[in-house]
Amino acid sequence: MDLYKVAIIGSGPAGLSAAGRAAALGMSHVLLEKTDHLSDTIFKYQKGKHVMATPSNLVLRSDLDFDAGKRETILGIWDEQSAGQTLNVKLNAEVTKVEGTKGDFTIHLKGGETVRAEAIVLSIGTQGNPNMLRCPGSEHPMIQYQLDDPGEYFDEHITVVGSGDAGIENALGLAADDAQRNIVTILNRRDSFARAKAANVALLEEAERDGRISVRRETSPAEVKDGELVLETRDGQETIPCNRIIARTGSQPPRGFVEAMGIEFTSEDRGAFPKLTPAFETTQPGIHVIGALAGYPLIKHCMNQGYDVIEFLNGNTDLKPADQPILEEKFAGLPGNHSVEHWLDVFNSNVQVFQGLSPLQLRELMLDSTVHAYEPGEVIFRRNEPGSSLFTIAQGSVAVEINPNDPSITVPIGEGSIFGEVGLISGRRRGSTIRAAEQVVAIELARNAALKLIATSPEASDAVNRIAIERQLLQMFGSGLTPKDIAPLVEAAEVIELRAGQVLIDEGAEDKEVYIIRRGSMIVEKALGDKPVFLSYLPAGSYVGEMAAIDGSKRTATVKAAIKSEAIRLPGEEFVALLDRNPALREKALKEMEGRRKTTAFIESRKDEFGGAVDLYSETAQFLVDEGLGEATDVLLIDEKLCIGCDNCERACADAHEGLSRLDREAGRTYAHLHVPTSCRHCEHPHCMADCPPNAIKRGPDGEVVIDDTCIGCGNCQRNCPYGVIRMDPKPPKKPSLLSWLFFGNGPGPGEASYKWRKQHGDPEQPKQAIKCDMCSGIDGGPACVRACPTGAAIRVSPDKFLTFTKLTEDVE
Amino acid sequence: MASIPGNRYAQDEKRRSADHVSFLKHKRFRYLWVALILSLLSIVGYAFIDQEPRPNGGSWYGYTLGTIGLLLIVWLSLLGVRKRKITEGQWSLKAWTSAHVYLGLALIVIGTLHTGFQIGWNVHTLAYVLMLIVIISGIYGVYTYATLPSSLSSNRKEMTRAQMLEALTALDRQLEAAAQPLDREQSDLVIDALGQDVFYGGALARLTGAYPGCKTKRALKRIDPNGSEAEARVHTLLSKRSDQLAQIRRHLRIRALLEVWLFIHIPATIALLAALLAHVVSVFYYW
Repeated sequence: MDLYKVAIIGSGPAGLSAAGRAAALGMSHVLLEKTDHLSDTIFKYQKGKHVMATPSNLVLRSDLDFDAGKRETILGIWDEQSAGQTLNVKLNAEVTKVEGTKGDFTIHLKGGETVRAEAIVLSIGTQGNPNMLRCPGSEHPMIQYQLDDPGEYFDEHITVVGSGDAGIENALGLAADDAQRNIVTILNRRDSFARAKAANVALLEEAERDGRISVRRETSPAEVKDGELVLETRDGQETIPCNRIIARTGSQPPRGFVEAMGIEFTSEDRGAFPKLTPAFETTQPGIHVIGALAGYPLIKHCMNQGYDVIEFLNGNTDLKPADQPILEEKFAGLPGNHSVEHWLDVFNSNVQVFQGLSPLQLRELMLDSTVHAYEPGEVIFRRNEPGSSLFTIAQGSVAVEINPNDPSITVPIGEGSIFGEVGLISGRRRGSTIRAAEQVVAIELARNAALKLIATSPEASDAVNRIAIERQLLQMFGSGLTPKDIAPLVEAAEVIELRAGQVLIDEGAEDKEVYIIRRGSMIVEKALGDKPVFLSYLPAGSYVGEMAAIDGSKRTATVKAAIKSEAIRLPGEEFVALLDRNPALREKALKEMEGRRKTTAFIESRKDEFGGAVDLYSETAQFLVDEGLGEATDVLLIDEKLCIGCDNCERACADAHEGLSRLDREAGRTYAHLHVPTSCRHCEHPHCMADCPPNAIKRGPDGEVVIDDTCIGCGNCQRNCPYGVIRMDPKPPKKPSLLSWLFFGNGPGPGEASYKWRKQHGDPEQPKQAIKCDMCSGIDGGPACVRACPTGAAIRVSPDKFLTFTKLTEDVE
Repeated sequence: MASIPGNRYAQDEKRRSADHVSFLKHKRFRYLWVALILSLLSIVGYAFIDQEPRPNGGSWYGYTLGTIGLLLIVWLSLLGVRKRKITEGQWSLKAWTSAHVYLGLALIVIGTLHTGFQIGWNVHTLAYVLMLIVIISGIYGVYTYATLPSSLSSNRKEMTRAQMLEALTALDRQLEAAAQPLDREQSDLVIDALGQDVFYGGALARLTGAYPGCKTKRALKRIDPNGSEAEARVHTLLSKRSDQLAQIRRHLRIRALLEVWLFIHIPATIALLAALLAHVVSVFYYW
């Protein structure tokens, strides 16, 4: 049997490009692909999908071509070029096990065949394998794991296994057309479809009522036989006729398979990647990981890495990564005219949070970062600017203006340290203005890059946490305190995480801890009469619990998390001791306490006289918190006591933004005539940002969350948004002017044009991209929805300003 | 990064903490006060300025009132353009509506004083009458805007128009299946109900909410809820269908009431502008 120089597992963009380079170098290689076609992930994209080629500033370094275009075109080019360039491809070759060490690996394929190679390149992506049925007969040919076209099956008994959206959608598709005469059954191991979207469950239940789909709950497959399926039900076994089984029970992430080869990951975190050297080598010598599995989800990165890894294997150790020109450009503005390598060295040795990083990780981090050089005295950021990026000081030091009224009072932050972490953690605006104290070279990590750094490097995580607690305490208690004063508090502080609704402080309890809310937000409630009454809303940055610590009383109200939150817990005695040492601080705390007591007393007094108003206030506030106001920064509300349903808000939105509306006025929940339409809340920690391959979602200069033009249309943000406010649509064509509509009836008129009109007049090549509210960023006058409301029904508010008694009980008419 | 925060932040903060009040109460009735003062000044002027030979649209005071009135009418009619032209800038349609309502009402005083109470069968009086028609229809509009939105909201019960129709379609599908075991006569009742256009009855039905000859109601009456199992099921589904229809029809009715006055207000405005042109041209022609 041949011993190949390299075996490449997985024929996606990364693997394909690696094989292409190996073929070009004349290196003996084999490309193993589990399916019967190349590049399965892209193969599975929907027909005609426009595939993007971002980042556009990155050059493509590969023997195969790739440019933005239709799925079919791209796959066609790859098929043609891999045939033309004599790539040694082995299809239908699913790897089950890898044995051996560097120089002689044996790769076992499904079916018993083996392949030997000196080195392995793993480019299997992150899709994983579908879970198999766990019952006898799970290898039966009538089982399939995907349903491409539900319209191609007729007169069959089809059983769908799985209670997620995929299973339900398949079952609905198969039963959609009566003319196919299929008898469709769906099995659910549990008694409810809790994992699926509510809309899908409703459709399924309707189909069940109509008798179109047989839904079997608490039932699982027991054995697959020819033409029938044995079911394990609550009441014992039962056999049903079955010609086809669609198994949609999720998929197994590839991590287990990878770890079985002896490859270590950076952490236990689900999002962690394998540990890699600059040459993509894993902790198992001879095995290399590239592409999505290595943490690079974009096609261009993958293809470049395929090229690079083969060059490294071929002994070309001087090869500079393809991102070299990008880094050169980034570092060009730094003083001293040094090379990229010089700066990477400086960053790595000077900056505390970078110390656990490999050179490869640092390079990647730099791609998502900006480097700045500041002159002494130059402002780096100002108080109240939105910003969630993290700054690290590579050279020099900065000065923090801790008193907004007196810029001359500053606290220094030195070389190697970080700043801006409060904005990163809380998602709120910058707490103070920061200036360069001398010549400064600083690296600004975009929010996602910073979060990734914290998640993958334990050293960075510890450092950020420690600094964040200290700064939060300093900022909280204002001027006059030094890190030395609060050292005992920092020592004793502890960060606790709370899920939405979890209680932090229980009314009537006797504990004495003081808490600082550092992320998320809390609501304060008090039992008045027999039910809890909403007292106030506490945004991140507030502290709570000081009353009990100061006067030793029982807790007077309940504090609970409005959304997923984090709080810093401080021991009460230490807090009181700090107050005792600082009379000015004590004064301030007492004053704040007095303010809170007044609010409570006010609402309590109202409760006696105007019980109805207090109940309305309390219930409306609770409703708004449930609708996501707790994590919002700027949200559109519609007062339905004023809304005449003219939809001018939607039309204005469409006309202010290329012709597509980013809000759905009618959809959404309503309580006491206050309606929360389907529209972006501009969350403090936007869910949509969590998984954006090109990092196209950013927070703009006015706090708005925006998606820029580098969007590749993958739809991750749409799936991640819990409020359903992101739509995927191609940019519509330009409409004729308002006057030519008014006088000659040209075009569709104001507002969003119908789907039909857009389809007829639009460019069919225009790719679908994610679209959402940008708070009319860059438009003078602010949000068009509010400006265009004729009656004053549409308002945009922030929770800290709106969740108050006066606002919620205002007489609007 | 080191940008200087523009005034957008201050502006946003102001917006976020702004009062939320209706167009009628906008800025503490700012335009009501403007309208009242304008009307009062016109009345005082009319009473104290000696107009020779008698108060008339042709005196200098009459011309003044006429010019103010004309400018107001032209400006008020531009609301329709403002509403549709989403340009940049610090305008608010709510402020425009507020001004439109109160200054429009002030026109009753200004216009009437401009006539000098000389009414006749001529193009001048035509313009005056058209103006009153526009204003009266507008008053009805303000009344509906102030009273109907909350019933629109309560009726909707968090459903969108599309969802209401979807719910109806879903019921129809179930009815079709459930009606299979029924006998010929009863099935025909259901088929008739399903076949009837939901929106039949035209404008009158839409505005009154009365749909005589509703075949769902008829089927509901004739199918026995205590009959066979199939009959009982069909009856239940039909009553759900009837409720769903009622919700859709109430929605349409309220929407129609909120809009119907515009069918007078807008054409009358256009007629008014034409009549005003004739009025102004003829006045200058015969000067």
